[in-house]
Amino acid sequence: MKLVYTDNNATTKTADEVIKEMLPFFGEFYGNPSSMHTFGDKVEKKIRLARNRVAELINADPEEIIFTSCGTESDNAAVSAAIQAYPEKKHIITSTVEHPGINKYYQYLEKKKGYSVTYVPVDEKGLLDLDLLYGSISDNTAIVSLMWANNETGVLFPVQKIAEKISKKGILFHTDAVQAAGKVPIDVKKADVDMMSLSGHKIHAPKGIGVLYVRKGFKFSPLLIGGHQEKGRRGGTENTASIIGLGKACELARKNLPIMDSEVRELRDYLQNQLLEKIPGSSVNGDLDRRLPNTLSIGFDAVEGESILLMLDREGICASSGSACTSGSLEPSHVLMAMKVPFKSAHGSIRFSLSHYNTKEDMDIIIKTMIPVIEQLRKMSPFWKEGRMI
Amino acid sequence: MWDYTDKVKDHFLHPRNVGELEEANGIGETGSLSCGDALKLFLKINENDRIVDASFMTFGCASAVASSSALTEIVKGMTLDDALKLTNDDISDYLGGLPKEKMHCSVMGQSALKKAIADYRGVQILAKPGQIVCECFDVTDLEIIDVVKEKGIKTTEIVTDYLKAGGGCGQCLEKIEEIIDSVNSKG
Repeated sequence: MKLVYTDNNATTKTADEVIKEMLPFFGEFYGNPSSMHTFGDKVEKKIRLARNRVAELINADPEEIIFTSCGTESDNAAVSAAIQAYPEKKHIITSTVEHPGINKYYQYLEKKKGYSVTYVPVDEKGLLDLDLLYGSISDNTAIVSLMWANNETGVLFPVQKIAEKISKKGILFHTDAVQAAGKVPIDVKKADVDMMSLSGHKIHAPKGIGVLYVRKGFKFSPLLIGGHQEKGRRGGTENTASIIGLGKACELARKNLPIMDSEVRELRDYLQNQLLEKIPGSSVNGDLDRRLPNTLSIGFDAVEGESILLMLDREGICASSGSACTSGSLEPSHVLMAMKVPFKSAHGSIRFSLSHYNTKEDMDIIIKTMIPVIEQLRKMSPFWKEGRMI
Repeated sequence: MWDYTDKVKDHFLHPRNVGELEEANGIGETGSLSCGDALKLFLKINENDRIVDASFMTFGCASAVASSSALTEIVKGMTLDDALKLTNDDISDYLGGLPKEKMHCSVMGQSALKKAIADYRGVQILAKPGQIVCECFDVTDLEIIDVVKEKGIKTTEIVTDYLKAGGGCGQCLEKIEEIIDSVNSKG
């Protein structure tokens, strides 16, 4: 059975070119890049190259790149640095649809450290209430942090525009660009962001490697206090092979950006339009235009997401759902709830997230499978009768 | 991924007794769209108070479908008196067990069965007695007290596994904890 992998917002295949670049650094070249010998220096040189490649993807300077272990660490480190830079300021602004990697940290600061957090709401298309955002800024605000693209719906926030306004007020701005990197162009010289989180395994590098971009000039306090690595901004011996792999992945991502915007977008649109046309009672979650080119969140009335996923799984199709039952929680995803997606389709929402490895054949397999799966589940559903919701 | 037993998978992928039962004379509905799962149970009961046929329609996850399917298989041929003695554990046992977070799916089966039998007997089930504790899933203090006593529950997580109560916004968790403490202190 062919594996149809459309869960790329969860994680991606490590590219063959990336693995090839990494392999020698597991074996032959095991030196410590900090060592005072040529053997270690060989590794150091490759890390420098990787840092340059990561910087190029987002138009940063190489010294603005800090390697971390994952997106969550980068997010945590960014907020932690902000509140250490402005210890007297006890207010944070974010949105209602952020990733738990940062969201839970805010909840911790609220509960345990006396911070107040403004969660700026989104509308039914997943777009941010900008008036409320700007209106909640005060002298007490330590940091504004917003995701560049939403992991569930792919909806893009106007980060560049917001960052410009925020930085004019002299307030720190961080963006979680874990889902945006490699899918839409990112230029930190144009977008006035102070800090930005990236994650390797979302862009065809391995798991366990992340990046925090920190603008030059910002007095950054580390989260992991330790050795002199990363110029004292992140202790711990470098994850050499993964850093080298991430460098290669960033180089590939930069080259593949036009493919994302053309071929991948076309595949996504084809899948979306076919499903909408062939399955009644289906609707797309999120703004259709301001959205990542690879992501489709689509809800099916009167059926439940876990059931859909398990039936797709039998046909080798990998996707995700915004349904409660898959995660072990009981309410549908906080993102869909924040968008006030009606319950009738929220529980039956499926996310297909594509990569440049997907083909039209993949889309056709999904379409061909989805039609009978939804039909079968609706035959069983007490809320569906004679082709419509009851 | 959930660790479902082969029997759960079988009943999910090949559910028994799906659809409306035209000759049903006892129908029980439980759950709702907003809850994320709902079950409509159809029973055909003969003049000797014996269930001669059963079917279901379910909206929900794999374990909800499997629990409903199992329920219809279990009750077929049972007298109403025996059927009323059925517990959610019987449904779960029939399936070789459910993940603990999914126990509420079997509770849903038990509840629909009680409602269908009440419907057949013409007994009206009045508004739920007691005070609503969990607004998200419409669960009362009396329901929580019952399950805490019956299963010897010590933590809020287990209450959530059985009744869903506290699994939404979480605002009622303290109240549930108080109920658990008061039940357990009374012995």
